[in-house]
Amino acid sequence: MSVNQQAHTGPPYGQPQPGYQGYQQPAYGGQSLPGVPQAQYGAYNGPVPGYQQPVPPQGSLRAPPTSGAPPPASGASHPSGHLAYSQFEHGDVQNGIPASAAPMQRPPASQPFLPGSAPTPVSQIPTFQQYGAPPASVQQLRNHMAGMTIGGTAASAPPPAGLGYGAPRPPAMPGPPLPGQTVAGPPSSQPNHVSSPPPPSTMAGLHPGPPMSGLHGPPPPTHPPQPGYQMQQNGSFGQMRGPPPNYGGAYPGAPNYGSPPGPPPPPKRLDPDSIPSPQLNELPPQQKPRHRIDPDAIPSPIQVIEDDRNNRGSEPFVTGVRGQVPPLVTTNFLVKDQGNASPRYIRCTSYNIPCTSDMAKQSQVPLAAVIKPLAALPPEETVPYLVDHGESGPVRCNRCKAYMCPFMQFIEGGRRFQCCFCSCVTEVPPHYFQHLDHTGKRVDFYDRPELSLGSYEFLATVDYCKNNKFPSPPAFIFMIDVSYNAVKSGLVRLICEELKSLLDYLPREGNMEESAIRVGFVTYNKVLHFYNVKSSLAQPQMMVVSDVADMFVPLLDGFLVNVNESRTVIASLLDQIPEMFADTRETETVFAPVIQAGLEALKAAECAGKLFIFHTSLPIAEAPGKLKNRDDRKLINTDKEKTLFQPQTSFYNNLAKDCVAQGCCVDLFLFPNQYLDVATLGVVPYQTGGSIFKYAYFQLETDQYRFLNDLRRDVQKEVGFDAVMRVRTSTGIRATDFFGAFYMSNTTDVEMAGLDCDKTITVEFKHDDKLSEDSGALLQCALLYTSCAGQRRLRIHNLSLNCCTQLADLYRNCETDTLINYLAKYAYRGVLSSPVKTVRDALINQCAQILACYRKNCASPSSAGQLILPECMKLLPVYLNCVLKSDVLQPGPEVTTDDRAYVRQLVTSMDVAETNVFFYPRLLPLTKADVDSDSLPAAIRNSEERLSKGDIYLLENGLNIFVWVGVNVQQGLIQNLFGVSSFSQISNALSTLPVLENPFSKKVRSIVDMLQGQRSRYMKLIIVKQEDKLEMLFKHFLVEDKSLSGGASYVDFLCHMHKEIRQLLS
Amino acid sequence: MRPSFCGAMATYLEFIQQNEERDGVRFSWNVWPSSRLEATRMVVPLACLLTPLKERLDLPPVQYEPVLCSRPTCKAVLNPLCQVDYRAKLWACNFCFQRNQFPPAYAGISEVNQPAELMPQFSTIEYIVQRGPQTPLIFLYVVDTCLEEEDLQALKESLQMSLSLLPPDALVGLITFGRMVQVHELSCEGISKSYVFRGTKDLTAKQIQDMLGLSRPAVPMQQGRPLQTPQQPVISSRFLQPVHKIDMNLTDLLGELQRDPWPVTQGKRPLRSTGVALSIAVGLLEGTFPNTGARIMLFTGGPPTQGPGMVVGDELKTPIRSWHDIEKDNARFMKKATKHYETLANRSAANGHCIDIYACALDQTGLLEMKCCANLTGGHMVMGDSFNTSLFKQTFQRVFSRGYNGEFRMAFGANLDVKTSRELKIAGAIGPCISLNAKGPCVSENELGIGGTSQWKICSLDHNTTLAIYFEVVNQHNAPIPQGGRGAVQFVTQYQHSSTQKRIRVTTIARNWADAQTQLQHIEAAFDQEAAAVLMARLGVYRAESEEGPDVLRWLDRQLIRLCQKFGQYNKDDPNSFRLSESFSLYPQFIFHLRRSPFLQVFNNSPDESSYYRHHFARQDLTQSLIMIQPILYAYSFHGPPEPVLLDSSSILPDRILLMDTFFQIVIYLGETIAQWQKAGYQDMPEYENFKHLLQAPLDDAQEILQTRFPMPRYIHTEHGGSQARFLLSKVNPSQTHNNLYAWGQESGAPILTDDVSLQVFMDHLKKLAVSSAS
Repeated sequence: MSVNQQAHTGPPYGQPQPGYQGYQQPAYGGQSLPGVPQAQYGAYNGPVPGYQQPVPPQGSLRAPPTSGAPPPASGASHPSGHLAYSQFEHGDVQNGIPASAAPMQRPPASQPFLPGSAPTPVSQIPTFQQYGAPPASVQQLRNHMAGMTIGGTAASAPPPAGLGYGAPRPPAMPGPPLPGQTVAGPPSSQPNHVSSPPPPSTMAGLHPGPPMSGLHGPPPPTHPPQPGYQMQQNGSFGQMRGPPPNYGGAYPGAPNYGSPPGPPPPPKRLDPDSIPSPQLNELPPQQKPRHRIDPDAIPSPIQVIEDDRNNRGSEPFVTGVRGQVPPLVTTNFLVKDQGNASPRYIRCTSYNIPCTSDMAKQSQVPLAAVIKPLAALPPEETVPYLVDHGESGPVRCNRCKAYMCPFMQFIEGGRRFQCCFCSCVTEVPPHYFQHLDHTGKRVDFYDRPELSLGSYEFLATVDYCKNNKFPSPPAFIFMIDVSYNAVKSGLVRLICEELKSLLDYLPREGNMEESAIRVGFVTYNKVLHFYNVKSSLAQPQMMVVSDVADMFVPLLDGFLVNVNESRTVIASLLDQIPEMFADTRETETVFAPVIQAGLEALKAAECAGKLFIFHTSLPIAEAPGKLKNRDDRKLINTDKEKTLFQPQTSFYNNLAKDCVAQGCCVDLFLFPNQYLDVATLGVVPYQTGGSIFKYAYFQLETDQYRFLNDLRRDVQKEVGFDAVMRVRTSTGIRATDFFGAFYMSNTTDVEMAGLDCDKTITVEFKHDDKLSEDSGALLQCALLYTSCAGQRRLRIHNLSLNCCTQLADLYRNCETDTLINYLAKYAYRGVLSSPVKTVRDALINQCAQILACYRKNCASPSSAGQLILPECMKLLPVYLNCVLKSDVLQPGPEVTTDDRAYVRQLVTSMDVAETNVFFYPRLLPLTKADVDSDSLPAAIRNSEERLSKGDIYLLENGLNIFVWVGVNVQQGLIQNLFGVSSFSQISNALSTLPVLENPFSKKVRSIVDMLQGQRSRYMKLIIVKQEDKLEMLFKHFLVEDKSLSGGASYVDFLCHMHKEIRQLLS
Repeated sequence: MRPSFCGAMATYLEFIQQNEERDGVRFSWNVWPSSRLEATRMVVPLACLLTPLKERLDLPPVQYEPVLCSRPTCKAVLNPLCQVDYRAKLWACNFCFQRNQFPPAYAGISEVNQPAELMPQFSTIEYIVQRGPQTPLIFLYVVDTCLEEEDLQALKESLQMSLSLLPPDALVGLITFGRMVQVHELSCEGISKSYVFRGTKDLTAKQIQDMLGLSRPAVPMQQGRPLQTPQQPVISSRFLQPVHKIDMNLTDLLGELQRDPWPVTQGKRPLRSTGVALSIAVGLLEGTFPNTGARIMLFTGGPPTQGPGMVVGDELKTPIRSWHDIEKDNARFMKKATKHYETLANRSAANGHCIDIYACALDQTGLLEMKCCANLTGGHMVMGDSFNTSLFKQTFQRVFSRGYNGEFRMAFGANLDVKTSRELKIAGAIGPCISLNAKGPCVSENELGIGGTSQWKICSLDHNTTLAIYFEVVNQHNAPIPQGGRGAVQFVTQYQHSSTQKRIRVTTIARNWADAQTQLQHIEAAFDQEAAAVLMARLGVYRAESEEGPDVLRWLDRQLIRLCQKFGQYNKDDPNSFRLSESFSLYPQFIFHLRRSPFLQVFNNSPDESSYYRHHFARQDLTQSLIMIQPILYAYSFHGPPEPVLLDSSSILPDRILLMDTFFQIVIYLGETIAQWQKAGYQDMPEYENFKHLLQAPLDDAQEILQTRFPMPRYIHTEHGGSQARFLLSKVNPSQTHNNLYAWGQESGAPILTDDVSLQVFMDHLKKLAVSSAS
């Protein structure tokens, strides 16, 4: 997420890439009105990368940009929207044609988009005014803001625009529902069915037109002409689909929409300090009152979440029943384990699996489980019991080796048991024998966790250990970059200071007095420095290894030590490290040798462990794994875009393999000031089950707290080492695919050098036979790992699912959040091998098919114009749209390659709750919070429309917390929250909220703290003032709106989905 | 300078001795056969033993530059043999006959006002010259840490002690090694810092310097900065620091040295990376102080077991190579290791750095492979059983001993240039030197020893370091040299004095030519059999390094027989008529002992021992060399004052105490009776005080030898029947053995249980072969 960077003085923005400019703009257009359906459609198409390219001749054609602009407003749509739209695709074309038709009222508004040609801001102002003093309609603001962004960076003062702003209120705001629009249900009730808005008939003819029309105003001047454009023109989403009949025509306006907003963003500037001034970007608020769909009438995530919370939050979720759908991840609930694993460990896309693969194929609903084997539980729930079967080890099925679990069937009076997975009959070992009661249950059923619970642990025997030797306690090695950047930024000192106290909080097993984990220290730049901190030494000793080509560990004894024994030496070392390198002038770093060093150290110590690497720059020093700067934004939207996500050398893959073999997990803390190739550096952390933390433009004052919190949590959290996970299933389905941070050397075993409580593995299942409704389907996830005290254990999670022969059952038992988790991971992996557009199309297609299948097979007959969604999946479109708009699949101009790679890897390890909030951030109106209760204010939907100028909002997505302050917020509130007297005095450099003694401040801070507590990473707090440059960033997270990078608004996308579905059905 | 040749033997001895004392030169022949043909018939080549820096208390150095002959190919130094035209201020070079102008500074010279270099007594003269910056001496300790605790402790103490013996401004550095190699940074405070290298990887000098951060930064930051002052001293000071600055630090550092921590499993040798450690030491100095006097001092307690230069694997069950293995071509690491060390030695020598090896272990340590490091660079080689012995401790201490004027007895980076008059050419040299490949008109095509050059580099030398230099007479038989003509040789040795001064020592000698056909007796009389024996021995040992032992012996024998044929007086085929003149009389005996010496016989010696013995043999002066060839035996008894006795089993009598000096060992041997007396405690009885004195006398004498000898000899005190008596018994001529004991029928002396031939038998055969007309 670009967010990280923003913290910085906004460099990211400042750095816009020239090539890109074209890009940004498109997004803009889309944004304009959430309410306006048409526009959205257009917008939607627009973003698709593929589209752009094709446009060939445009450049020239568009000559008359200005003129074009205004007219564009195709009949219905807003001009602005259109413009934006056209930019992207055919928009232009259409524009031209319909020009006449377009009644655009606000031509001026649109103009600003066009760079050169467009009327200057001045003109806009008038427009605004026309509208009359607009009351604080949110929308308007939004528009306005959007305009600014376009300018490229929200620069300082929004010139004229700013002025115009206050006054003009686009009336558009709450567009009255358009006539065409039909809403199936009352808006409030979250209708599943939304009728498609657009009257297809109208424009149909127009659309197809080739790009000919020179007129379209919107031609993005800067925009490079895109070849190939035409093909895409059809407007259809996926290429394969035939030209969408209605579509094109229907929304003539659309085309305009995408038109490139003004001149491309300011030329890129690399100087972070310079903030490009907003160009003519004042965007006139274009409000198009042409809503076809009332946003309130489409399924609202907030409503769904709220309903689930109300309905299911109060009762504990008891896992005794097969195929039970758990409450949503957003609901607080307790779990009682009665034979199935808690949803905190495993969640499935569907709890009712089609019996046959045909059904599964027909529905296209992916069958997947999201497994978090070491998930942390709330204090009220008990951690899995540890079962010790002594030397004989756990009882297992002879054939499939499944572990004893509640579903095993004891027969013959308890002398044998039949495996619930493969049906093989196995003798019960004598020591395990127990009589059965009259129901066929073992008498000791309730005494044995493995017979009565869904999750439990076995103590592993030596047979489960590497080399048939019980493992030694693991080690943590801290490896600190001491190159110039790291030293200068104060990072080195910070880390050293923190480690002094942090080392006392290494993870301990159960009630052990002290941690068994040993620690070691390495610093490095172009060479590595190892430290001997043996307790017997008066002073630590430094050993420099400069032979980075052939890394080795120069010492044996004294490198890995017990913290308590070597306390004074370690303290002395940590005191001296910052001093020793205070004057360093070394700017180059190595990276692979650092990992190799850690790996070798663990090898030498014959233990597993974790490396905490604090790294600042692209490793360009001569060494294995040396990287070059290959960041090339020109690759975006080309077939080569995938290379940006791929490591630039296979060296790290091999290294990762070695690390996994040794149980060497790598956690990487990155502090880049520029591109450092996260895609490559991340390979080892990723494949070893480690984490990456990235603090772009790290600044001590603003980022240290976040970094230290992350570091503390990362060091302290529960972690297993040298882990192998296998998922066994009932005959009939099989785990076929795995997503997450791990390494696989064969097709079944997921290997992780380290696995912590936050890491999630998504597993996809496929049929290889039929399932029966009677027996259902079982999953058993077995995780073999070494605990932090060096104990070898097996953690078993069992889950039983229903099977169905009716598709309706499937659709009734799905979980959209999990589905999105799977789809996102699937798509994010896809970008490694396919063009992003292909991935996006595939996603849309699959979802359309899922929904079409439902419509066709399960929904009651209704008019074709109705969009009917399964209750369980009614949020699928909105969430999917969020995935599609995410930085990985549709990057905005300010999103760096590293950000994308970073996010891609993050998401891959996320659990359902994290993906949920990541893709659909939580937006809380702080000013509505009840200062007297513990509760959170009711969340609102992620749309600018929903924001009020007079309120303060909090938005969190798991990585960032934004506090958005409206311009009209009462001074009292500002005073209470920020301790300053006016809006203008609020500093957006704040990284925390000031501690003030008043109920509002306390409340807000407690909310922030609570949210921080819920997330695995400490979120970066960003204060966003309305109309400030950072607002653009904030708006990026208003995911129901059209995004700057071209992502469709919710409404647009929903319409598009509908169209897709109808196509499939017809 | 002109000896009179008419005198008898005594005069020659005096002449030889006088020359040796003044010039440090001993020639095999002091009258030279005047034609090539005759010279080759002399059998023993015309050669000399040169001690370039022979200590001359009476030779104050002069403080100016030598005057050189202006002919570019000659550049001989003005010397007493030159003809000088005082009026014209010209001098004629006695080697190339070039006429040279005196430099302006010599304007005032005349017959009565001669510069020193023209005076006959200054045939050897030393100049102090001002050239280049003076850099302090450098001592780089390379220390093996795979030692027993006790050994390491002793070594650490010795090293700490040595710091006080160094000149305060000398630079010291420390490299330790075991499984890995650590280069210690000496300048840092607080955390001690070292650079660590893998012991298995051979690195180029460039890599080493890069890794140590010694290479200059490619571009000194940005322009506009003030030019950086030369950083060299600063950079190198991280590893090489003046003793006075860091002796405390270094003492602590040495004190904290631990044994190599890597576990050594049962049945394995510790992994010892000697090869890499040396390579790094060489690379470090090469990069920082090329062409400056520097000593790399390697202390090792066992064989290199890994990486380049490994001599033996780490499996204890595979013993280190023996001569047997080598003969069977079964020493798998030997060639590669030797090559590694040779490369290092050559690099080091090229930079003027020397490598000392102090190897203390009960088993072999790979001296065979490493010998070239010391041999080619003039470094010391010391072999002992443990660092915790006085042998090592005192030897090491003696490395830093000082001369009469308080100066170190060590010199560095010497460049020996030999010039000859035209009838002579230089065939080669044998000694601790390498060739500088200086081709020139006086270089012979026939090589003896290190040939093909007229210049050699001796990276380190002391006052005893002696080179053998071989010449070839090239004058043709039909171009007679005028009566009274003399041949001349000039030795020019430029070196860095231990005071870091640059000095040049010039020795110019001349000898008469004689026609061997008409004046053979002159040549014969001027034969220096001691020098000849040593010179031949050096040739033999030099050959033995590359050839099979028997071949060398056969060659030696043939040379001896030929010499006897040439100079003996005999009737054909009548062995009994054979006589040798006095000047040759001892020569066969030297050769006899040489044949039995450890320099040529490898039996009973490990390859390391052979290398060790040969190393010392190739650098010691004539006296020491002779002792090595034929040990000295003194007898102490009540029958008279101590006297030298024959190195013969017959000298071993019950009522004698014997003191044998083999150079490498000092053996005190109590005869049977004496031993019994001692056991009975007579020495403690006042009335037998004279016995006490008798017992004490050899001890005192031995002490005297021990005081001066380098390296310290092994000191052995034994008695009749003692196991250590073997040291004596193996050296003496086995005139009485179990084979002939009864034939001799007498009780005197001690029979030696050996099948070796005795001197008598050897001589008999020699005579027979010499007079044989068949040969």
